[in-house]
Amino acid sequence: MEQLELKRLSFHYQSIQVLKELQFTITSGEFVTILGPSGSGKSTIFQLIGGLLSPSSGTIFLNDKEITGRRGHISYMPQTPSLMPWRTILQNVILGQELHSKKDIVKAEEMLVKAGLIEYKDAYPHELSGGMMQRVAFLRALISPQPIICLDEPFSALDELTRQEMQSWLLSIWEEYKKTIIFITHNIEEALYLSDRILILSEKPAFIKKEIQVPFPRPREEAIIFTEDFLQNKKAIHQFLKGTDH
Amino acid sequence: MFRNIKRGWRPFVVLLLFLIIWEFAVKKAEVPAWLLPTPSQISLELINGWSSVSLHLFSTVKLIMLGFFAGVTVGLLTAIILHNIPFLKDSFYPILILSQNIPIIVLAPLLVIWFGFGLLPKMIVITLVCFFPITISALDGFRQTAPELVHYMQMAGASKKQLFWKLEFPFALPSIFSGLKISATYSVMGAVISEWLGSEQGIGVYMTLASSSFRTDRVFVAIFIIMTLSLLFFALINLIERSVIRWKKGGNQDGAA
Repeated sequence: MEQLELKRLSFHYQSIQVLKELQFTITSGEFVTILGPSGSGKSTIFQLIGGLLSPSSGTIFLNDKEITGRRGHISYMPQTPSLMPWRTILQNVILGQELHSKKDIVKAEEMLVKAGLIEYKDAYPHELSGGMMQRVAFLRALISPQPIICLDEPFSALDELTRQEMQSWLLSIWEEYKKTIIFITHNIEEALYLSDRILILSEKPAFIKKEIQVPFPRPREEAIIFTEDFLQNKKAIHQFLKGTDH
Repeated sequence: MFRNIKRGWRPFVVLLLFLIIWEFAVKKAEVPAWLLPTPSQISLELINGWSSVSLHLFSTVKLIMLGFFAGVTVGLLTAIILHNIPFLKDSFYPILILSQNIPIIVLAPLLVIWFGFGLLPKMIVITLVCFFPITISALDGFRQTAPELVHYMQMAGASKKQLFWKLEFPFALPSIFSGLKISATYSVMGAVISEWLGSEQGIGVYMTLASSSFRTDRVFVAIFIIMTLSLLFFALINLIERSVIRWKKGGNQDGAA
């Protein structure tokens, strides 16, 4: 079953070409990572899918319906938690839902319980640590009614230990709800550990240079990142990224 | 509360010292009471004349409340409309500033000629001095909304209306309250000036009567009442602000500032 399809998408920012005939499809329930060097236009892809920008040429389809340049078809988790400081944690979690449909407080509370955050439901964001705020931001995206969640380098501002903890937490929650996820990162290890499929972006103007099926079965253990197999894969991607740079 | 008392004693002592010096200087120099009364004479006049002063006071407080409410409504509406319709903002923002350059003292008699002695010209005067700080602070607050929050709302598919009511408006609240505090003190002055237009009661009337009959002690009573009213209104807005904006407890993030 096909879900999101980007067809020959090009985008220019002023006179600079950012994307060049980019295309890929993502099927329902998949966890796909877009991996690319900094400044390769990764966030631009999300802004196109999210309808904030319109492509110079090309189209975007969601379940065979064209959504090019139209907003509100995805849910989103940015790099910074971007929680509303005047809303309690519970109120923040239901925000994404509130924008499009009825609030479902019971479901939100149930999610907070599973995420281990229920005791903070009436707290304000400034009372939480950075990692906890990111968890809330993820729940907010997860509970939104849209079928696809776009995560834009959500863990890049966290320290290494919190980041690993967050990755495992994300997988455990995701495996329970099985929503489609598009994840942007520049971290190879993160891409390998989390996703089903990795799309590697070229330098600007960006297109999909290579597609990698991640061979590891689910559910994945954290210890997987120390196995020989994992390291081999990481090395291969690293060399691929580096090799074509020069 | 205890902290407020601890911090508040300094200006209190300064004020007390000022009054004491005033009292003794006037007595020593034997200044006549119609020229400059002593604080003790003023407070005696306040106590003795309380029954008539309190009527004036009540009428002024009512006027302030009405005028402040009108000013806040006009101020907020103006800000909301100008913010959401950019071409109106471009055309009207400079004119808003001009509206503050009209000398109220000159405008007031004109308003009486146009609208008579009723409530309307008074409301216009108070609104005119009140709305500006609110409009400017609200517009600034809306404009300074954190860009990453705007980006999130847009990516999540928020409509323009949702973006405003769920993000920009609550984000601007601390800034709006700054404007409200300024307007609260202005509204007291505005009410007194508007009473000069011709009113049967009010501190403004009491003041005019006192000064034209050389009752300087009463003029000072009026001045102290106006100052106290301003202070009380300011404190009231502060109190409301604290109960509305509960998310800034630690003060570790400075929203609109």
